[in-house]
Amino acid sequence: MAKNKEIILDPLFNNNPIAVQVLGICSALAVTTKLETSIVMSLAVIAVMMGSNIAVAAIRKFIPPSIRIIVQLTIIASLVIVTDQILKAFVYDISKQLSVFVGLIITNCIVMGRAEAFAMQNGTKASAADAIGNGFGYSIVLLVVGFFRELFGSGKLLGITVFPLVSEGGWYQPNGLMVLAPGAFFLIGIFIWILRWRRPALVTAD
Amino acid sequence: MEELLSLFVKAVFVENMALAFFLGMCSFLAVSKKVETAMGLGAAVVFVLIVTTPLNNLIYNGFLKEGALVWVHPSFETVNLDFLNFLTFIATIAATVQVVEMTLDRFMPALYNALGVFLPLIAVNCAILGSSLFMVERDYGLTESTVFGFGSGVGFLLAIVALAAIREKMRYSNVPPALRGLGITFIVTGLMSIAFMAFAGIQL
Repeated sequence: MAKNKEIILDPLFNNNPIAVQVLGICSALAVTTKLETSIVMSLAVIAVMMGSNIAVAAIRKFIPPSIRIIVQLTIIASLVIVTDQILKAFVYDISKQLSVFVGLIITNCIVMGRAEAFAMQNGTKASAADAIGNGFGYSIVLLVVGFFRELFGSGKLLGITVFPLVSEGGWYQPNGLMVLAPGAFFLIGIFIWILRWRRPALVTAD
Repeated sequence: MEELLSLFVKAVFVENMALAFFLGMCSFLAVSKKVETAMGLGAAVVFVLIVTTPLNNLIYNGFLKEGALVWVHPSFETVNLDFLNFLTFIATIAATVQVVEMTLDRFMPALYNALGVFLPLIAVNCAILGSSLFMVERDYGLTESTVFGFGSGVGFLLAIVALAAIREKMRYSNVPPALRGLGITFIVTGLMSIAFMAFAGIQL
């Protein structure tokens, strides 16, 4: 049990998938203009990763190594289709905003990476724990970035006004850079900077 | 012809895959340490995109779209298989990459050796799948999707080579220790992305 706890807690900061393992960055940047989409995206990725890690771990002894990539891709793609259909059925507006990025969970290196690096060698329980840990590690970055981008970019959180905008008679002049692509790059760069400054062991050369 | 040209320019600069849509970021950051390898990966991406985007377009319009199966039997008019998009596209991409790899190995060993490990990696590059999904979302025809695939590939090549060149120069600068590596790369990419935003004002 202690081992599972470690598997869950480690990826939150020490081995964070985005900031340390450099996995799954594409979607992390693209869907974080608002907090709401970040939350939905995090949930979708956690769900897919749970499913794929458990499925791959369960059949890992029967997968011939030469075709393992295609097997993993098929499992992940099927799970993503299910997720996409659920999102379309229940939260259609958000699914429209996420546009192609739900589909891109398939090629999100996090899911593939964990299936390949962890689920292929470990049992179902440990793999489920690993999926939760990495899922939350991914979500933390998404939520932090989404929080700052929505707050400073449009003065709102989850659509509720926090800083009244100048254009609506308030005092806050929104920072347009935050909602655009470069804002996301800077925020993740700063997130990594702070994380590595607090945890000097993660500092790399080069 | 003019339309296609503007679509191409738009795909390269205004809607650059890496810098505006964040697609292909994983390899973008991982393989941009040297200009030479960045060139190799970029070329491979261009090549695969030119093949897969129109191919997926044919598959989508011939099999998956609502009513696309009419040519098999008129009663299939209402069949809509587009929920199979993801699965089919990724399979096409993986298969194409495999075929491309074998063909190059057989007929152009020099190019094959130059691309090396990057070819198989491309199957999971989000820029490839992303461009197929954008093609569906924006309803491109066959010619348009070929041009779009080529344009996105060139855009990616341009961005990754530029980043690699900056990173090579950056080795001589004094970056704060905690920011070295990934952190500074993100910030440089952000600056590049601002530069590319200047193209957004272009009306074609």
